[in-house]
Amino acid sequence: MATLAAPVTDLSEPTYAEVNRDIVATLAPPTRTWLLGMGLVVLGVAFGGFCWAYQIKDGLGITGYTPPIFWGSYITTFVFWVGIAHSGTLISAILLLFRAAWRTAIYRAAEAMTVFAVMTAGLFPILHLGRAWFFYWVMPYPNFRGLWSNFKSPLVWDVFAISTYLTVSATFLFMGLIPDVAAVRDMAAGWRKKVYGVVSLGWKNSDREWQHFGRMYLFLAALATPLVLSVHSVVSWDFAMAIVPGWHATIFAPYFVAGAIFSGCGMVITILVPLRKALHLERYIQVRHFESLAKLCLVTSTIVAYAYGTEFFIAWYSGDAIERATFYNRAFGPYWWATWTMFTCNVFIPLLLWFKRIRTDLRALFVISIFINIGMWFERFVIIVTSLSHEYEPWQWAYYLPRWPELGILVGSFCWFSMWFLLFVRFFPVVAIAEVKEALPPPMRGGHR
Amino acid sequence: MSATGVVGVFGYLDDAVHALTELKGRGYTQLTVYSPVPRHELDAVLAKKESPVRLFTLVGGLTGVSFGFFYAIATSLDWPLVTGGKPIVSLPPYIVIGFETTILLGALVTVAGMFLNARLPKLGRSPGYDPRFSCDKIGIVAFGGPSQLEGAREVLRDAGAEEVRDV
Repeated sequence: MATLAAPVTDLSEPTYAEVNRDIVATLAPPTRTWLLGMGLVVLGVAFGGFCWAYQIKDGLGITGYTPPIFWGSYITTFVFWVGIAHSGTLISAILLLFRAAWRTAIYRAAEAMTVFAVMTAGLFPILHLGRAWFFYWVMPYPNFRGLWSNFKSPLVWDVFAISTYLTVSATFLFMGLIPDVAAVRDMAAGWRKKVYGVVSLGWKNSDREWQHFGRMYLFLAALATPLVLSVHSVVSWDFAMAIVPGWHATIFAPYFVAGAIFSGCGMVITILVPLRKALHLERYIQVRHFESLAKLCLVTSTIVAYAYGTEFFIAWYSGDAIERATFYNRAFGPYWWATWTMFTCNVFIPLLLWFKRIRTDLRALFVISIFINIGMWFERFVIIVTSLSHEYEPWQWAYYLPRWPELGILVGSFCWFSMWFLLFVRFFPVVAIAEVKEALPPPMRGGHR
Repeated sequence: MSATGVVGVFGYLDDAVHALTELKGRGYTQLTVYSPVPRHELDAVLAKKESPVRLFTLVGGLTGVSFGFFYAIATSLDWPLVTGGKPIVSLPPYIVIGFETTILLGALVTVAGMFLNARLPKLGRSPGYDPRFSCDKIGIVAFGGPSQLEGAREVLRDAGAEEVRDV
């Protein structure tokens, strides 16, 4: 198998053979940087696991929960990771249906990010349960007590939405990988050839395979498109179906979907900037791809900004004293710092993306994407915590801050996500070999190449 | 053992399309084309029938939506507890369940349809397959009797195959 070459200086259009060579080269034996990164994230996961073990031992009292605020950093982080998961399917499915050719170089990384983000998100409702081992009670299964799930509850919708999303996005990722794994198999030797042969399911690039694969991929994209829009809508209804001031709003579904795509595109930039450099993928993941992602961030940032404005406007325009007080409290109450962090990161800083010079400067984009990640975590914190902290009864008003075990689990979740991603780039092509080649002009005797 | 087929290895798409057109024109029906990427030029010559995978999607989706609504309604009737002052069977919230199961079963059955029709996983060997076909070469395999194979060799060579061999 090929090895990682020196940094890429040739940015010309590659040939089919060069695509195979360059992308399979990313699967070379691990570098010191990879090993160091893996070591750090495994430590982080272990620390997160320790925090959870401490919580299981001593109970939820070790968190910062203060009545009536029982949804805190875990639910915030759950919504954050579900949101991160959105851009993957947007890039792989929606942009496929729209025939946006620029997606080919980046969609694999975004899809993998989606699957690992949903895997991370799925941990949080379980972490949030006092008795995590009873999480299966939300599943509708026949049992001797004759009990069934309450299908009228948004929390049960969430179980269906998230598990469907995880299954379909993982299927989409694996299906797309089959032809590429076959290409890796054909360039590998020894036991690696055997393993990749099994994973590729004996794929041989025959006309029969391509014909049915193409149809399957198109229909999966068509099914995944409404799914991606529905999942965060369902997550938003966890809040919007309740009568808590600041939650009970019809704007929540589109507001959450736009926010999810915004945060997801931000995370794709955060991941791709270092990945491109570490794996020498400059020839494939180009500045124009980042510019397109930056434009998506800009568009969704303006939608999110509009939603923030609408929330405040409607709170005032409704004349509802409780709603007005909640939003006044959100901006100028004890959580002003969280709200203004959210505004700064999600509304003001992304305005820099109006400038082409910023959109094409990868260092600037990387920094902005980090602010977007921070801002979108705070957005969920603001929605959840500030609303619960300032409900109808003044004697119930409270103040919550996450305590160190919750922050440890938050850090652990980033490490858990990174661990899966690092393993993925180590064993699978992070750029779609077949689709990149499909976007290139084919070799022709009578014409180009 | 005598050959059952002959494979031509092509470096150029237009050569492969030319060879395939010629073989089809001469009445060869047992043809397999290996290509690193799907190309509509090759599909146009092969003129295959529409893939039945779409029917699997339809059946999966319809099964999913029926299952989702049936499950939510049947379990509500089995455990008739009034929640939120709503009717025991409340269709609007069940749309979410029905929608998710439509997508879930639609997707899984689509994948099953692809596996069945593309005959995956493939455990045995594929006659004429060459690892170069997943990289940058196109392979055309023609199957037939000894006299047909001689004709196919000639067509493949004349069309510009870089390599022609028996399989």
